[in-house]
Amino acid sequence: MDDTIAAISTAQGVGAISIIRVSGNKAIDIVSNIFSNKDFKNAPSHTIHYGYIFDGADKVDEVLVTLMRSPKTFTKEDVVEINAHGSIMTTDKILELLLVNGCRLAEPGEFTKRAFLNGRIDLTEAEGVMNLINSKTDISRKIALNQVGGKVSNMIRVLRDELALIISNIEVNIDYPEYEDIEEMTTSKIKSNLSDLEDKINKIFTESKNGEVLTNGIKTAIVGKPNVGKSSLLNRLIGEEKAIVTDIQGTTRDSVEATLRIDNLILNLIDTAGIRDTDDLVESIGVDKSIQLIDQADLILFVVNYNEKLTEEDKIILSRLKGKNYITVVNKCDLDKKIDDSNLDNVIYVSALKDINIDEIGKRIKNIFNLEKIETTDLTYLTSARSLSILRKVLDSVKEVRKGIENNYPIDMVEIDLKDIWNLLGEIIGESYDEELLDNLFSRFCVGK
Amino acid sequence: MNYEVIVVGGGHAGCEAALATARKGHKTLLVTGNINNIADMPCNPSIGGSAKGIVVREIDALGGEMGNNADKSLLQIKMLNTAKGPAVRSLRAQADKITYPKNMINTLKNTDNLDIKEALVKDVITPDNKVSGVLLENGEIINSKIVILTTGTYMNADIMVGDTRHREGPHGEKPSNYLSDNLAKKGFIIKRLKTGTPPRIDKSSIDFSKAKIENGDTIYHTFSFDNDPMYDINKQVPCYLIYTNDETHKIIRDNLNKSSMYGGLSDIKGVGPRYCPSIEDKIVRFSDKERHQLFLEPESLYYDDIYLQGFSTSMPYDVQEKMVHSLSGLENAKILKYAYAIEYDAIYPTQLKFSLETKLIENLFTAGQINGTSGYEEAACQGLMAGINASLKLEGKEPFILRRDEAYIGVLIDDLITKGIRDPYRLLTSRAEYRLLLRSDNADLRLRDYGYKFGLISDEKYNRFLKKKNDIQKATLEFKENRLTPKNNDYLISLGTKELKDGVSLYDLLRRPEINVNDLVRFLDNDYSDEVLEQVSISAKYEGYINKSLMEAEKLKKLEDKKIPDNIDYDAMHNLASEAKQKLKEVRPNTIGQAMRISGVNPADISILTMYMKRG
Repeated sequence: MDDTIAAISTAQGVGAISIIRVSGNKAIDIVSNIFSNKDFKNAPSHTIHYGYIFDGADKVDEVLVTLMRSPKTFTKEDVVEINAHGSIMTTDKILELLLVNGCRLAEPGEFTKRAFLNGRIDLTEAEGVMNLINSKTDISRKIALNQVGGKVSNMIRVLRDELALIISNIEVNIDYPEYEDIEEMTTSKIKSNLSDLEDKINKIFTESKNGEVLTNGIKTAIVGKPNVGKSSLLNRLIGEEKAIVTDIQGTTRDSVEATLRIDNLILNLIDTAGIRDTDDLVESIGVDKSIQLIDQADLILFVVNYNEKLTEEDKIILSRLKGKNYITVVNKCDLDKKIDDSNLDNVIYVSALKDINIDEIGKRIKNIFNLEKIETTDLTYLTSARSLSILRKVLDSVKEVRKGIENNYPIDMVEIDLKDIWNLLGEIIGESYDEELLDNLFSRFCVGK
Repeated sequence: MNYEVIVVGGGHAGCEAALATARKGHKTLLVTGNINNIADMPCNPSIGGSAKGIVVREIDALGGEMGNNADKSLLQIKMLNTAKGPAVRSLRAQADKITYPKNMINTLKNTDNLDIKEALVKDVITPDNKVSGVLLENGEIINSKIVILTTGTYMNADIMVGDTRHREGPHGEKPSNYLSDNLAKKGFIIKRLKTGTPPRIDKSSIDFSKAKIENGDTIYHTFSFDNDPMYDINKQVPCYLIYTNDETHKIIRDNLNKSSMYGGLSDIKGVGPRYCPSIEDKIVRFSDKERHQLFLEPESLYYDDIYLQGFSTSMPYDVQEKMVHSLSGLENAKILKYAYAIEYDAIYPTQLKFSLETKLIENLFTAGQINGTSGYEEAACQGLMAGINASLKLEGKEPFILRRDEAYIGVLIDDLITKGIRDPYRLLTSRAEYRLLLRSDNADLRLRDYGYKFGLISDEKYNRFLKKKNDIQKATLEFKENRLTPKNNDYLISLGTKELKDGVSLYDLLRRPEINVNDLVRFLDNDYSDEVLEQVSISAKYEGYINKSLMEAEKLKKLEDKKIPDNIDYDAMHNLASEAKQKLKEVRPNTIGQAMRISGVNPADISILTMYMKRG
């Protein structure tokens, strides 16, 4: 904990203001280096200071900086919070400056971890805070609550129990080979069990990904040839919540530039340069650009005109949509029908200008990402990146088990990878009770002199 | 008379401990309640078994006696788990209960610097919490620098049958009546444990035609790396397999409340072993099982007792008669010794250092069942380690600690002192995370250097070992350098393996599951022994898994390198969960690795501990 850490504390692009938080014994010095207000460094604790963040001679942003000296802070260390304007470019730039000046990028939850390690909060609080930090919408908040409630744990526990049965059967065969009454676990039996296990893990994994989509948002592109109403659709989707759309001067390829929220879903729009200043920019996206965006996005809103025949341009874009998650938004449905829509899939008829059927888009997105169910049924989804990365390792180990079986390795070696999986699943739910497998063995099998 | 070392107890732990210190040149006295009972096998007539057989090999590699003594006393021997991988293979032998102790007593008597005395020890004399000798029950005092307690199940031992309990050691031997209480007075936490033994049946009263015969292996084995087989493969004594039946189960259920453990006695405190349940336990806990396996094992060539493995009970004698007679082939069986349960005192093992020296009393070591373990092999290896560490202490040297990736012995001792025990501890392969490294075949490669370093392996044995090691290197190189080409395809096809398109090394061919190392020796320039070829074969065939284990072991080593200062103050650490704090204070782990293995200490607690250590 000797180093000073920094991170953007507000959700990327969601607010009009973003906060960059710095914690550690060099926090005040480092911020002073890039802050125009020279009184700041020696100011009393718990004060707010106005000024500019500078990159060398260049002004980056006009900011308010909060100074909180140790120990009465969240982490019990010196903490500085920079309140900047909410655009991603600006926020990233400030963070970058802090890193260049000697901060280390905080790991997810590291502020909370420090608060915990420095005796500011207890473990339960720490976990609760972590999950609340991560939940951006109501649904994701529900997921966070659910995770605490133990539904994820139960799901993992069932998988783990199934594995424990196989493992303890192998163990009892090894440690009590003279017991002929006990069924011999064979690789072919493992194999059939494995498919089932893999299916379930894959299911958790996909559903977890959906959970991830809910917490982190869907990378979305609005494409279509010029003048089909892309910008009016965008404005309609934004609705009254214009304030939460952030704008950036100039374009950056492959980056999220606006985040909007419909029906509890977070859509991260890519490449919608300058939407607030010049509506025309979105509108002016052409075919080439559309194709580029299709490749980058997880979801595509393909806009066509109800009042117009499909052109070659439309068809080119359409041909690129195969295998992608997309919705064909047929705009201007209040006008006369001229379009031949017999070859179009995933169609919704809307009028952006007249606000007809716009609600349907959100519903359809939930459908595509299998999210409708999430709201109504069990919220059994893993949300943390940590859990997901462990699940990825689980799938790797499943592959190792298969490889071992295919290569005819002895069962006690194949078991090494089975135990890995068992341990990894335990890691997700925080269980690693050493004697657990042994208890299992002796409660299931009757052995011994 | 003054001794450097006094070993209290002549069981499997005591023998190894006394031999280790005496062979190292330290004047040693072995005190036992009954000289004729030295190296007795009070329970099953076998040495080895899964994991335990590997421990016997480890004892041999380090210069202990058990493997050698078992080789001299075999009735039957087999390699277990041959259908599985090399990691879980393990030797198990039926040993003669007359010959085994006799051979061990001879070895003890022929060892320089070792005296044997028949007496019971009342107390360890410990002025200023440091050993100065022992006080015998007859009032005599014998001085020594070090005392090693290997009292087995004798401390405050109670034999229990039905509703009776009387103070007695195994087989009616004299128990140790004072030592346990005197240890408690010094501050030791004492734990009451329980175990049991099945009835012995007169061989001539059994109809073996109704049982399934279990023979020994048809190839020769030895526990010791230095012995040639001392038995005749065709004259091995068989064991037999039989089963319980409905009638047996009914008798047990009808009489359940007469068993000491199920109401016969109301004052039982001892915790029995999970892996060694009584037949009552089996019937109650696995009520849906129609039958349970039992083995008829010969105890000796010199008397007629047959050990009825799997039938341990604390029922009264009349019920035992009925139970035994319900078994097929035992309708007319004559019971020579009745089964009983035994309760005894042990010291809670988290009170020990890795060296098996107690934390409370300097120069006091404990080994074997007194530390809460079960089994001859578990006892013997602790005795050996306590003996080696006692010698090192006398010589002013650092203690000898085996890591979990080096030996089952390391696993056992680490488990005991880090996790403590709930019931008598038995070694199982599943307790070893790195069992692929801890094989029966490579125990010498893992441990013989240590044995030589500590003076328990002779130059002659060590040179033989060095030659083997050298041969393994040479053979590996030959396998890697000698190549087969498509010219050899006819031969390869005859082996049932894929033909070659280019040249391939013998080593790579050996990786193929269908190729046996003996298929390839004809392409080598030199002759190698089977054990050398086995090492090359295992390395080639299981390289991936072995490397994985080595990588894991490397991680362990790093954690074991993070030493926790002896004087660390756990009370000063904010936010350490109270359970973790209590456990850490109890175990006082040496390293972060060890701390992580304490149950009840979570990763968050480890973070706090490491942060605290960094701050200093």
